[in-house]
Amino acid sequence: MTKKQKTNLIRIIVSAVLVIGLWVSPLTGWLEGVLYLIPYFIVGYDILLKAVKGIFRGQVFDENFLMAVATVGAMALGDWREGCAVMVFYQIGELFQSYAVGKSRRSISDLMDIRPDYANIETDGALEKVDPDDVEVGTIIVVQPGERIPIDGVVTEGEATVNTSALTGESLPRQVKTGDEVLSSCVNLSGLLHIRTTKEFGDSTVAKILDLVENSSMKKARAENFITKFARIYTPAVCYSALALAVLPPVVRLIMGDAPMWGDWITRALTFLVISCPCALVICIPLSFFGGIGGASAKGILVKGSNYLEALAKTSCVVFDKTGTLTKGVFQVLETAPEGMDAQTLLGWAAQAECYSKHPISQSLKTAWGGQVDTDQVTDVEELGGFGLTAQVSGHAVAVGNRRLMEKLGIQPAEPQKAGTVVYVAVDGVYAGWILLGDVVKDHAAQAIRGLKAEGIEKTVMLTGDADAAAQQVASQLGVDEVHSQLLPADKVRQVERLLKERKEGQLLAFVGDGINDAPVLARADIGIAMGALGSDAAIEAADVVLMDDDPAKIALAMRISRRTLRIVYENIVFALAVKAVCLVLGAIGIANMWLAIGADVGVMVLAVLNATRALSAGKE
Amino acid sequence: MKKTYKIEVDCAACADKMEQAAQKTEGVATATVSFMTQKMKVEFAEGADVDAVMQQVLKNCKKVEDDCEIYL
Repeated sequence: MTKKQKTNLIRIIVSAVLVIGLWVSPLTGWLEGVLYLIPYFIVGYDILLKAVKGIFRGQVFDENFLMAVATVGAMALGDWREGCAVMVFYQIGELFQSYAVGKSRRSISDLMDIRPDYANIETDGALEKVDPDDVEVGTIIVVQPGERIPIDGVVTEGEATVNTSALTGESLPRQVKTGDEVLSSCVNLSGLLHIRTTKEFGDSTVAKILDLVENSSMKKARAENFITKFARIYTPAVCYSALALAVLPPVVRLIMGDAPMWGDWITRALTFLVISCPCALVICIPLSFFGGIGGASAKGILVKGSNYLEALAKTSCVVFDKTGTLTKGVFQVLETAPEGMDAQTLLGWAAQAECYSKHPISQSLKTAWGGQVDTDQVTDVEELGGFGLTAQVSGHAVAVGNRRLMEKLGIQPAEPQKAGTVVYVAVDGVYAGWILLGDVVKDHAAQAIRGLKAEGIEKTVMLTGDADAAAQQVASQLGVDEVHSQLLPADKVRQVERLLKERKEGQLLAFVGDGINDAPVLARADIGIAMGALGSDAAIEAADVVLMDDDPAKIALAMRISRRTLRIVYENIVFALAVKAVCLVLGAIGIANMWLAIGADVGVMVLAVLNATRALSAGKE
Repeated sequence: MKKTYKIEVDCAACADKMEQAAQKTEGVATATVSFMTQKMKVEFAEGADVDAVMQQVLKNCKKVEDDCEIYL
């Protein structure tokens, strides 16, 4: 509790004790009334003061004014105890609100607090702690076990396991060694690391993420805007109704010839004023969204604003970029068909012949083979553009290339009926077999599509620049509904625009990409989701939701969090409005007294705040 | 130009009032207040004197909500 909250608590306790004491005391009449003023002023002097100040500034309809009028009015009508107790209850509610909200705000902020406090610089053999902001690019910083890496850089010395969970939500630690790039906000678990910084603190991953998350509550959701607008109308409306309630019925009764019953109607009007405080409504909405965003970021899902969290729940169509999103985006040897030798030998011939090539395919061949290339054994390499290459490997003439190269050598190779890139190999003019290379589907991709279907996504679409056969194969493997292949970047924008036109009213379209070449599409879609975006500034810039790791299954999780948060928001709105409405009606017809009104008001707020804090755990299974 | 300021405000409805007050201040293009992070983000109008504008923003906020603070 803060100092202010503690003082308020003491004020509440003292005046509550006094009120109870007076209640059970045998005092009556004006003496009792004057004595009730003591606890009243102890607990409510600040409210009265603010109310008076407010009137002078033309701020009539604030809650201080309302409470002041309601309680002073009650006391003026002789209900000393009631006026005093309502003020005590109101203050209890305020205290609870500031405590509960402050606490959940802190717990969410702690969750997102990955700001490093210092960086260690080695000077004359001793470590010195400096502000990360002051560290220049190219400085060597030292990160000890248990410390957070403060700035992005490259390891120059040392080996360690680092926990990347603050960035990716992935709890499995990663091994880093000299030469590896490390990102700020990872925690060093073991071993001493010397890191040469490659960025300033302000440009480092951690600073960018902090900025993004801290600003996320600035972009307000529709539900939030609705409720603040509503609150602006609600309070004055209730005040005028209260005035009407105090004046109109007695006047009508007078005209009808009945007793006006002024006191009765004014009491009812004062009850109205107590119910007119909008704070419970206004607080629980941003708190819920803040909780949802906090819960998502703990899972490695950065949502750039409450509005996007809200939009995720309304998504009905998810469009994927293929390469790098659903697939790993790297060539890999999928299959081999050796002739007269084993697969390892076939890969060996191809890898060695291609050893000078920088093409991704040759890299993949080398990885698949796994052996060491002795470059002295590879001579007379001849690149044949559009065909492949020939080389002398350990005295054998090896040809590696496409079908046309084989035909040129007079060989009719077997034709694999599979999608992907095929490399044919011939050794000393004799056909040796083919090697099929292709992009491989991510481990969680199929699960991701299934997860989205389970979340009620109506349509999944895959867009790719790749050849149709490869695209169709991936699509059928994953269960994607619609595929469009051989698209140029501009075609992807056109496809998304077409899908945007086709969707039904109120439904939204999300585009998932890796941020390479698809920034325009990310921006064009209702919600742009960038994945594995760490380090890609363009993607973080263009996307609305950033998945810190490569796992497409996180999209379904993000939607689940979004739905849950929204459900909590709606629960709170409906619940708070319903209770207020009931209290207003009951107050107007004279059933609810001021006690019930303040009890309901504080009660609604307590429950709404507690319900809102549930959003924080929205990501937990 | 955009700047973010740390603020202190007790209730969400008051935060909304501060936002309204800041938005109406001359020299402010847009202003957003986040009650949750206790921050105010102000985008200034072209050529505005940031310090003077913020003094006015603070004054206007104090007018609508006595119990608030902006750390300039």
